[in-house]
Amino acid sequence: MTITSTLKSRKPWDAKDKKYQLQQLLVHVGTPILAVLVVAKTGIRGGSGLFFTWLGLHLVTGALLAKFGRRKYSIANSTIEILLAASLIVFITAAMSVLAPVFTKGTAAFSSNLLFQDASTTEPGAELITGGILHAIIGTTIIVLLASVISIPIGILAALYVTEVRGRLTPYVRFFVQAMSGVPSIVAGLFVYAALIVSGVLNFSGLSGAIALSILMLPTVARTAEEVLLLVPDDLRSAALALGATQRKVIRMVVLPSAGAGLVTSSILGIARVTGETAPLLLTAFGSTQINTNPFTDPMAALPIYIFTQMLLGTDNDVARAWFACMVLMMMVGLLFGTARLLVNRRNLK
Amino acid sequence: MEASIDTATVQDGQLLTDVAHLEARNINVWFSGKHVLSDVNLRFPKNSVTALIGPSGCGKSTFIRTLDRMHELIPGAQLSGEVLFNGKNIYGPAVDPIEVRLGIGMVFQKPNPFPTMTIRQNVLSGLKLSGRRVRDEDSLVESCITRASLWPEVKDRLDSSAGSLSGGQQQRLCIARSLALDPEVLLMDEPCSALDPGSTRRIEATIRELSESMTIVIVTHNMQQAQRVSDQTAFFLSEEGEPGCVVEFGPTDSLFSAPNDPRTEDYVNGRFG
Repeated sequence: MTITSTLKSRKPWDAKDKKYQLQQLLVHVGTPILAVLVVAKTGIRGGSGLFFTWLGLHLVTGALLAKFGRRKYSIANSTIEILLAASLIVFITAAMSVLAPVFTKGTAAFSSNLLFQDASTTEPGAELITGGILHAIIGTTIIVLLASVISIPIGILAALYVTEVRGRLTPYVRFFVQAMSGVPSIVAGLFVYAALIVSGVLNFSGLSGAIALSILMLPTVARTAEEVLLLVPDDLRSAALALGATQRKVIRMVVLPSAGAGLVTSSILGIARVTGETAPLLLTAFGSTQINTNPFTDPMAALPIYIFTQMLLGTDNDVARAWFACMVLMMMVGLLFGTARLLVNRRNLK
Repeated sequence: MEASIDTATVQDGQLLTDVAHLEARNINVWFSGKHVLSDVNLRFPKNSVTALIGPSGCGKSTFIRTLDRMHELIPGAQLSGEVLFNGKNIYGPAVDPIEVRLGIGMVFQKPNPFPTMTIRQNVLSGLKLSGRRVRDEDSLVESCITRASLWPEVKDRLDSSAGSLSGGQQQRLCIARSLALDPEVLLMDEPCSALDPGSTRRIEATIRELSESMTIVIVTHNMQQAQRVSDQTAFFLSEEGEPGCVVEFGPTDSLFSAPNDPRTEDYVNGRFG
C-alpha cells in the first residue's frame, strides 16, 4: 500500500540538469551574440562576414563544450552538428532570397484589376491600374490540365506495366522513361514545333503547348508512380491471386487503392514540375494578350510566357506586372505542393 | 466421427484411400535452374489435416505453393510432376490457374488482410476479385467469420478497417476470407508463426472444426502444433547442398512416437533444426 502511494511516474531520460542546460545555453546562444559583437567591433563587413565569424567561433566553443562540458562527447560530433546547422542556414537564406523579392515586389504591384482583366488593351508601360494577367492564369490552367490529362494516365500505365505486368518490354520502358527525363525543356518545345506545327498537323495553340509539357511531365509521373507502386506489399498481391483474382482485378481492387494517395502525389509532382516551364511553351502555345479558352485554335497565353515578355519590355510598370505574375505562379505551384504533402501526411497517419 | 476417419484412412502407417482428394506426384522444383525440391509424393485424403514439418529452407513452403499454382508466380520458378485435385492434374494444359485457386484456398504466414478494405469487405473480397456474386452477403459474412472463430470479436465493427485488428484476429480474418470462396482444400503456410499462444490456440481450434468439411494442409515449425491438429505428417529435410525431399510420411501419432527414420527421430525430439 505504501509503495504504490509513493510511486511516481518519471522520465529519467528527460531529467532536468540545470548545469548542463546552462552550459548549452551559454554556448549555443552566447556564441551567435559574441559573433555579432565581434563583427561590430572589428572591420568585418556584410552577411557573409558575420556568417563565417559565427561559424568559426561556434566550432571552437562547441569543441570546448564537448571536451570540458558537463556531458562530454566527441569533438567530431559537435563539429558535424554545427556544420549541419550552418548548411541549414545557407539553404534557408538561399530559399528566402528567392521568395522574398518575389513576394515584396509582387504584393507591391498588386491591384485587383490585375487578377480580373486580360492584357489585350494594355500598351507597353501602361499604368498598373489597367489590364491584367487573367488571360495568362486561364491559359496556364488549361494547358496544364490538358498536359495532365495526356500524361498522368500514360505515366501511371507505364508504371503499372513496369511494376505489375513486368512484361518483356519492361527494361525498354524503364530506359525510355529515364531518357525522357533528361530531355531539355526547350528540346521538347522544338520537337512539337518541328514535328507538329511546321508540318501543319497543329497550329500555335494550347494543345501544342500541352503536348510539349506532357513530354516533360510523363517521365516525372511515371518514375514517381513506379516508386509508389513498389511500396505496395507483395503479400497483398499474393493474397489477391490466391483468392482467384485475375491480374487486372488485382491491380484495380488491391494495388491501385493501396497506392491511391501516393499516385495522386506523383501526379501533383508532375504538374508542379511543368507549371513553371517557359521554354517549351514559347514555340508552341506562343503566348497571347487576350483570353482564349479554346485550346485547339489560336495562340494561348501562359504565366511563364507572360513573365518572359513583360520582363523584355523593361519599363517599370511592365516589370512590376511580371513580378506580380511571378508571385501568382509561385502561389499556384506552392498550393499544388501543399496539397501533395497533405495527402501524403494523411496517408501516413492511417 | 473423427475416430472413424482416422481408422478408415490410416492403418498400419499406410494410407488406404484409393482416390485422394489432393495428391502430389513426383513433384520436383527448381528456382532458376537450382534444384530445391526432389521427388515429393504425398496424398491428402478428403477431410484430413496434414502437417508439413521440417527445418527452415527444406522446401515446405515451396511445396505448399505448388499445390494451388502460387509457385509459378515467383520469377525463375520451374516444376515437374503432377498435382491431382479430385483426380485431375492442376498443371494440365487446359487448366486455368484461377479455377484452381478458387477450389484451393491459401492462408499465408504473415496476416495479409487488405488494408484499404473494411472487415466485411475483406471477407467478400474473394467474391469480388473472382467476379462472383452471392445473394445474401450478410449471412455469408457472418458464417465465414463464425467458422473462423472471430465473430464475437468483430460482430459490432464489421465496417471498421481490417488494419485495426490485432495480428491474431487479422489471421483469422484471412481464414474467413478464404472460406468465403467455399474452397474444398485449405493450404496454410505457417499460419501461427507470427501469433501469440492465445491466437494460436484459437486458430488450431478453427482448423479442427474446419477439417470436418475440408481438406487441410498446414506447414508448421511447431511440432506440438503438428501433433495437436494433424492426422498425418510429412517430414521434409534438405541435406547440405541437396534439394529438399520427404524423409518420412505417415500418421502423425506413429511418426512422432515411433519414427522409422533416425533423422525423423532426431528432428521430432529437437536434436537439430
